[in-house]
Amino acid sequence: MAKRVAYFVTCIADTVFPEIGEAAFEVLARAGVTPEFPLGQTCCGQPAFNAGFTDEARQVAEHFVEVFAGYEAIVTPSGSCASMVKHYYPALFRGHPRQADALHIAARTYELTEYLVDVLGVRDLGVALPRPTRAAIHDACHGYRGLGIARQPRLLLSHVRNLTLVEMVGHDQCCGFGGLFAIKMSAISGAMLRDKLAAIQDADCDLVITGDASCMMHINGGLSRAGSPKRVVHIAQVLAGALK
Amino acid sequence: MKAESFEKIVDHALADRQLQVALDRGTTRGVNARLLAMSETTDAQALRHQARLARERALNQLPELLEQLERNIIANGGHVLWARDAAELNQHVLTICRQHNVRRVVKGKSMVTEETALNHALEQEGIDVVESDLGEYIIQLAGETPSHIVFPMLHKTKEATAQLLHDKLGMPLTDQPEAMTRFVRGVMRQKYLQADLGISGVNFAIAETGTIATVENEGNNRLSISAPPVHVAVMGLEKVIATWEDYAVLVQLLARSATGQRMTVYNNLISGPRRPDEPDGPEAFYLIILDNGRSRILASEYAESLACIRCGACLNACPVYQNIGGHAYGWVYPGPIGSIITPLLRGPLTAPKLPYASSLCGACQAACPVEINIPDMLLKLRRDLVQAGDPSLGWRLGMKGWAVAFKSPMLYRLGGRIAGWLTRVLARGKGHLRWLPPPFNGWTAHRDFPAFGTPSFRERYLRRFKGQPHDSKKP
Repeated sequence: MAKRVAYFVTCIADTVFPEIGEAAFEVLARAGVTPEFPLGQTCCGQPAFNAGFTDEARQVAEHFVEVFAGYEAIVTPSGSCASMVKHYYPALFRGHPRQADALHIAARTYELTEYLVDVLGVRDLGVALPRPTRAAIHDACHGYRGLGIARQPRLLLSHVRNLTLVEMVGHDQCCGFGGLFAIKMSAISGAMLRDKLAAIQDADCDLVITGDASCMMHINGGLSRAGSPKRVVHIAQVLAGALK
Repeated sequence: MKAESFEKIVDHALADRQLQVALDRGTTRGVNARLLAMSETTDAQALRHQARLARERALNQLPELLEQLERNIIANGGHVLWARDAAELNQHVLTICRQHNVRRVVKGKSMVTEETALNHALEQEGIDVVESDLGEYIIQLAGETPSHIVFPMLHKTKEATAQLLHDKLGMPLTDQPEAMTRFVRGVMRQKYLQADLGISGVNFAIAETGTIATVENEGNNRLSISAPPVHVAVMGLEKVIATWEDYAVLVQLLARSATGQRMTVYNNLISGPRRPDEPDGPEAFYLIILDNGRSRILASEYAESLACIRCGACLNACPVYQNIGGHAYGWVYPGPIGSIITPLLRGPLTAPKLPYASSLCGACQAACPVEINIPDMLLKLRRDLVQAGDPSLGWRLGMKGWAVAFKSPMLYRLGGRIAGWLTRVLARGKGHLRWLPPPFNGWTAHRDFPAFGTPSFRERYLRRFKGQPHDSKKP
């Protein structure tokens, strides 16, 4: 019997950036895995959890556990959502009737590039960009520091034809998103975003690649506001050959 | 700190050009120095873990270690006093001053005395207090408070410092930090000789021999505690460690994390007053051990915060601190660790904004030499604030509504469709919105918001794979 792999698209890649949801699904198919897409899925609960609303977060997490229990692996194109499930579900479900399922899920949830490289052993997805492109990586905080994801995206991108990776100062510095932080602490978040935009402006690149749609949304909102021609794309879009 | 004033303080800090220059210089230097110094160790992660274990060992047997420390200090000829709170600590110092007829006090750097506002208490009794650490002295001259645990004047540029020394003490204007240091040293020498009592903080207290350790780079601490006839050392009760082996690990991590040095220039070890066969040193030595809420923290789920060795690495690494500086945090301890210990020491509702003043990026935890999980504790403090009813009714209702919608696939899809439609209408074909209604206007104050893509991934998936048996679980 084939291994059952579930795809957790995340609420943001489902509703705001469906093209990222599609690209990540494509990438998994290219790697030889056609995941199941449990149709009842919604969100991991992080927005409420990070705001301190633990009960509300647990209600949504209970639904997540209901939907994803029993899979061998749950793959998601977000280091942040994967980190929420892996790091905080064990405590959120301590003493809960679904504790065993929650622990099982926490141990089997993977960020996309982590799953490709560390579990499947994928290196080269046979992708080429339409024209020679210089790109910098923005290491999204929860994937980078929370899950230790740094090597995997670089390894996969190093095999993409027509792509040259360049270093960016502060590649691992937060863009200031932080979920509701961007709204509740708007001025501080805006100042952090300005620092990030300056680093992107200074970097010798045409493109910035990141692993989290939320950081992408935040930085692109800043680039668009500043009238910059540069843009951030999700790594799944690059690996799916979806860039035009 | 008044809750409503935090945003204003932040706005002022962000608009202060001098402050922004100083923060940029200071924190960049701090981060780079630490990274270089840590990279020299054979295994930085293992070293951090060893340090963490040393701190945990101490916290797990804190009462026993404190008693052992007290016994050994008394055996060495010193006195140990206990202070339940800030007022009691200040009272102990005043009593000692009266006993020894003290008029002039010289001080080495101590965050605990900032916590108890000791200088103010001494000055009210007519006692002259001088800070001997260069940074602290300049802050004292300016009538300000420290903005960083290790670099108290990180918020000041060297240009502003030169101007201050010129205005207050008549120093010829210079842009050379060395010249300013030399000038202050000349002033300070007299203070050591005139002082009746020296006060210092404590970096570590080694229980097994009853020894207090301080680290410094200017020699001011050593002079402050050895020249005057009386030495009073003050420490938070969490500063005790078990053994010299633990000290060896912690002292080098403190230097590497705080200033990027392998060792600080001076490492002072004091085990009591001058012994009969010793040529110099104070005649009397007192150690005052402060609780001020620490034992309450130790018994709580926040005990980990007491492992902090006050290196300031999390401040330098924090993109929030880098932008707003230390004074915005409103009390003695700034930065990520301050956002935890300020509400813990003073009560969660005294600083309800601090736990939210973080994007939870984790740079603090990655920089911490004793691996304190700062983001985790910020999340717990936010949970406590919610349970205490701090967020507004609007936020609480919003979150309840969010949970109802996001645990129901049907409402989630419906909400997504309505929100997507709204964003596309408001974007008017431009792909993004420049304005959102409150409370989301915080977002559009600084960046555009995207119009949602359509159709959703879910709909695309259903079109592509309709009839295929991928979905085993119906909503």
